[in-house]
Amino acid sequence: MKTNDKGVLTGTHNLSGNQACAEGALAAGCRFLSAYPIPPSIEVIERFTQRVKEVDAIFIQMEDEISVLAAVLGASWAGKKAMTVTSGPGLSLMMEHIGLGVMLETPCVIVNVQRCGPSEGTPNSPSQGDVMQARWGSHGDYEIIVIYPNSPQEMFTQTIEAFNLSEKYRTPVVILSDESIARMVEKVVIPPASKINLEPRKHYKGPKNKYLPFKYDKDLVPPMVNAGEGYKFHITGLTHDEKGYPVMNEECQELNVHRLVRKIRNYVDNIINIEEKNLSDAEIVVVSYGITSRTVDKALKQARKDGIKVGSLRLITIWPFPDKEIMKLSKKVKAFIVPELNFGQILLEVQRCNYGNAKIRFVEYGHEEIQNPDPILNAIRSLTK
Amino acid sequence: MKNVKHPMDFYLRMDRMPHIWCTGCGIGLTATAFVAAMEKAKLDTNKVCVVSGIGCTGRFAGYIKLDSFHTTHGRAIPFATGLKLANPELKVVVVSGDGDLISIGGNHFIHAARRNIDMVVICVNNFIYAMTGGQVAPTTPLTAYTTTSPYGNFEPPSNIPQIAESSGAVYVARWTALHIRRLTNSIFEALNKPGFTVVEVISPCAQYYSRINRLGDGLDMMKFYHENSQIKHWEPTDNLYIDYQKEIIVGKFVDRERPTYSESYKKWLGE
Repeated sequence: MKTNDKGVLTGTHNLSGNQACAEGALAAGCRFLSAYPIPPSIEVIERFTQRVKEVDAIFIQMEDEISVLAAVLGASWAGKKAMTVTSGPGLSLMMEHIGLGVMLETPCVIVNVQRCGPSEGTPNSPSQGDVMQARWGSHGDYEIIVIYPNSPQEMFTQTIEAFNLSEKYRTPVVILSDESIARMVEKVVIPPASKINLEPRKHYKGPKNKYLPFKYDKDLVPPMVNAGEGYKFHITGLTHDEKGYPVMNEECQELNVHRLVRKIRNYVDNIINIEEKNLSDAEIVVVSYGITSRTVDKALKQARKDGIKVGSLRLITIWPFPDKEIMKLSKKVKAFIVPELNFGQILLEVQRCNYGNAKIRFVEYGHEEIQNPDPILNAIRSLTK
Repeated sequence: MKNVKHPMDFYLRMDRMPHIWCTGCGIGLTATAFVAAMEKAKLDTNKVCVVSGIGCTGRFAGYIKLDSFHTTHGRAIPFATGLKLANPELKVVVVSGDGDLISIGGNHFIHAARRNIDMVVICVNNFIYAMTGGQVAPTTPLTAYTTTSPYGNFEPPSNIPQIAESSGAVYVARWTALHIRRLTNSIFEALNKPGFTVVEVISPCAQYYSRINRLGDGLDMMKFYHENSQIKHWEPTDNLYIDYQKEIIVGKFVDRERPTYSESYKKWLGE
């Protein structure tokens, strides 16, 4: 492997989703990976560790997934772009520090390559069962950004995007993948470093003695400093004031809990990334994401051939959920079809935003494998009768 | 006497005083020893980080005017690991309690010691979960009462120096909170020692541990621990179990050399 000085593997490659994710992280400037081995995510770690020497990065395999994310947060405060990668059982253990990451407004990326659950489940089978966990898993009220790519190419580009969003909004960003995307090998085009847009860390620029860790700007995001730069700052997971000192009153609840929610909610239009296909005349819309959207494509092609007016809405950003788009469509179309590799998670969101306007059909889980186009096609056909 | 600054003010967040620690608690004395050791070590204060977990001692980071992190319960060591590896220039000090470091964070303690990550760990041991109102801890001596061992504790306690040594720590010492000069010196030595160093501080919990066991006020307990301590340097760490209201062996038990994690990492990368 030959890369430029920025660690970008420019060129066209055959990569698995997991390998593309590691390349995306390196291209985004990630130089700290901490992880605990868990299938089906291991190839991300392996790829990254192979590249560690070349790009002067740090990898540490910690003792569990709890410490993994703690180390990632520490590394981020020391100024490194930091990431971890895991699967469902690991994500369960990481919930504590997703909360701390949100509270300390720490940029970092958490990749969850989903397997079938619950518990140990089926370690090497795809699933989309962690959609709700990724959104609501840690305790308390918070907002989080979750992205779900559907190909190795997108694993590359969206990993970069995840780092950019995490820096811009100072929040942990979760990438959901699954066993299927993780291990499928496809062409991945990696552009030259100069063509990759990177969001720099929002660093504080004022005088040293005036720095307040949680004094935010107009965009509701406070500028950040790194440990060791001489600011002598304090931060805490307790509800805190502008100085970062623990204060538990209404004002600080507003300042540092309500604001944490608003800093994402106010910018949902900038954050949300969806892909629309054939929506202009669509009477039926399939809402899908991740690996399932690949199956949907095939079903849609056949349905269009049959003359059925069907379109597709693919969520690339899962959270925040595109409420407005679904709401608008619900007034226009006859029906939504929601296929998922679970028993109905995004389905609940579509139902919520539908306000009872359109019909909704759920296409449920296969048996520890990705869906065939047939059940989706059948659902589309049944709605035309 | 206006505007007279105490020499320790430089290291303390005076805008946060008064602190939350009870009268007669040993955490304040630990802070005094830490600051004195810092002063003696003459480290670049811009490059020293203090990381704490949760609990009474967990509040330590909040009063120290350095880059200071109040993290989650038990996870100060892995957070500090991330800081140290991402910026090797930093000197990282973890200050937390026995429940935080040895119970919920016990696994991290063992593995950071095994890796010999460069950090100083100051563990304030007050034999009880104090912040939550006095529940039994992994360090509570046999027969001692707590709110959750109302008939006396029957679980054998952890021996912190032994865990530290057997896991790979390169420096292990124990003092009571009243051994100010010796404690300061041990923290100073730990600050200057590459690798994973552990200093245990036996501190009275003048509220919960003292009241339920009828041990008097904080000063009584502090004096008791001090007077009943025996300095035995290099004592084998398996002799360091603490029995209820009996002799406490203090001293420096381990001081050895092992390659640190950062050294090995560099070597591995061929630098």
